[in-house]
Amino acid sequence: MSNRAPAESPARGSASAAIADNRQKLLEATMRRHQYRPDALIEVLHKAQELYGYLSPQLLASIAHSLHLPPSRVYGVATFYHFFSLAPQGEHTCTVCLGTACYVKGALEILSALEAETGLKAGHTSPDGRLSLLTARCLGACGIAPAVVLDGVVIGHADAETLRARLHALLAEAPVAP
Amino acid sequence: MDLAELHAIAERERARRKAVRVLCCTSSGCQASRSIELLHQLEAAVAASGQDETVGVASVGCMGFCGQGPMVRIEPANLIFERVRPEQAPEIIAALAGQPCGVERGDPNHPFFARQVHVVRRNGGNIDPERIEEYIAAGGYEVLYRVLHDLSPAEVIREITRSGLRGRGGAGYPTGLKWATVAKSPGERKFVVCNGDEGDPGAFMDRSILESDPHLVLEGMAIAAYAVGAHEGYLFVRGEYPLAIQRLTRAITQARKLGLLGSQIFETSFDFKVEIRVGAGAFVCGEETALIASIEGRRGQPRPRPPYPAEKGLWGFPTLINNVETFANIVPIIEHGADWYAAIGTEKSKGTKVFALTGKVRNTGLIEVPMGMTLREIVEDLGGGSPDGTPIKAVQTGGPSGGCIPARLFDTPVDYESLAAAGSIMGSGGMVVMDNHTSMVEIARFYMAFCMDESCGKCVPCRVGTVQMHRLLSKVAAGMATPADLEQLEQLCHLVRETSLCGLGQSAPNPVLSTLRYFREEYEALLRGEVDASTNGKP
Repeated sequence: MSNRAPAESPARGSASAAIADNRQKLLEATMRRHQYRPDALIEVLHKAQELYGYLSPQLLASIAHSLHLPPSRVYGVATFYHFFSLAPQGEHTCTVCLGTACYVKGALEILSALEAETGLKAGHTSPDGRLSLLTARCLGACGIAPAVVLDGVVIGHADAETLRARLHALLAEAPVAP
Repeated sequence: MDLAELHAIAERERARRKAVRVLCCTSSGCQASRSIELLHQLEAAVAASGQDETVGVASVGCMGFCGQGPMVRIEPANLIFERVRPEQAPEIIAALAGQPCGVERGDPNHPFFARQVHVVRRNGGNIDPERIEEYIAAGGYEVLYRVLHDLSPAEVIREITRSGLRGRGGAGYPTGLKWATVAKSPGERKFVVCNGDEGDPGAFMDRSILESDPHLVLEGMAIAAYAVGAHEGYLFVRGEYPLAIQRLTRAITQARKLGLLGSQIFETSFDFKVEIRVGAGAFVCGEETALIASIEGRRGQPRPRPPYPAEKGLWGFPTLINNVETFANIVPIIEHGADWYAAIGTEKSKGTKVFALTGKVRNTGLIEVPMGMTLREIVEDLGGGSPDGTPIKAVQTGGPSGGCIPARLFDTPVDYESLAAAGSIMGSGGMVVMDNHTSMVEIARFYMAFCMDESCGKCVPCRVGTVQMHRLLSKVAAGMATPADLEQLEQLCHLVRETSLCGLGQSAPNPVLSTLRYFREEYEALLRGEVDASTNGKP
């Protein structure tokens, strides 16, 4: 996100401006494909989040404008669904599944171990933006419960010790340049 | 596209097949255990061993035994390998040439496999879900051809009605009746919607069907559209299922390219186009009016029924909404006939049901069994009982809308009526086994927390009631509750059940009511302070 790197060099600045521009174009293309129909709102929000990582107030306002919808309606939809995030996510995400099968197989113990390890509460991102610790209501991976998703990769038959070690290793790596 | 072309595709596909097929499951569950890497290693091992003339490796859908994944099966010898690691690929391929093999072998005659009846999952684990040719080679789209050419819409509906198929989403409404209502409803446009918003935690049947056999669902939807007079369809899939979405998208593109979806299908006047809608994470969207709101780009909040979606659905037009598994049953029913289907199952619950068997049981995964099989058979024979000898206490069916059935009632047959009589529901097919280490009060509290989070907030009984019930359950679990609290909890259960707007609220008290019915002593022990509250009721 360009707003996280205020001190970037002019060259970098223009590069990220180009990316931002491209993202805007891709979002426009999605809206055009749906003929700017208000009922495409959820599809458009999916695309926007995929491109930008989260839905900022400015982004929501511009979508509302493009689809001719009141901002309240766009905000209402964006906050109703769990999938949409109105705040930036961490560089890494760790999602502990709390579906029934995972719960019965000790997902809560895994979550508390990770909370203790990271000092984060579930649903929060570390102040340095390195890690978000999240929970999910069933990923449909019940056959290999308990399941945890680390940066998009599902880990089945998860246990607290291994996860703690993996998280530790992940956070020890150099942060990705913003 | 005509029948001869369809047969030509099937013929080419069969000719392409090698004598020996190494099938590697690449569904989400097995992918999480590195099955994509395994697939590549198997391909490399075949090439390296010089057997590529006779041996072919294929990526296939779910074989069901997810807890033992990744799974590899060899056809036609019917050898099963479990928990295969990518580095074991050469060993498996060498075994084909008669070498000894130390990889963990599965038993195809194990009750987990042998007692299943595959109707919906007949292609699961047999075909590559990303190649329409394999589906066609397995007889795919022939039923659609027959329907369009030989049957009238009324005849299709009659066949589905006669089969006795009931909605697999949980409520069990007769499918034929629903189709007939939509067919009768006047409307210049009609829609067919497939409900793939499998939000029930502990259930993954629909994910697996969509990942393993997307064309079966698409063909079922097309037949339904023909029967009710619709030309547009939506497939609503959970955003949490990226692989299912990817495979469905590919399936739709392939079918469209071959003229099996789109305009003038099989050179008839029948048009049917399908779009995918990705859910954005809201359990309530499994409720049909909320699902409609979500497709229309609004907050997924239900509205009072009637009018039912069959009369006024998407954008006010008559809309047929069925669950993924329901649509997956259509092709087999038309193919083999209503009588064949009606002969499976019990008097009032026909056919098979797919269950996600999980929790404290030895064999976890996906099973498809005839209706009427008892819980004991499922848990003990297919599931293999407790993994560590801890006695099994209960089975939870129906997720947050269902209930816990105690071990002493395990002779209950699994059908819509018997499960309802036992205080639970069939639900979409989640079946979570719980042992003596599981506190029933905690489970009730777990589900109530879920319903509280997922309540859409539209009606007061659900929005406020779930919060209050959760508060009382927390009080009980912490050992701070009084008998009056328990009484209030029960009253609230009945109130919320009677007065909520939609199924979410109406069924939210079920886990509490069923655990109170069968495990009241756990609640009362906590009231008396007998169980150390710090362990949350665990012994």
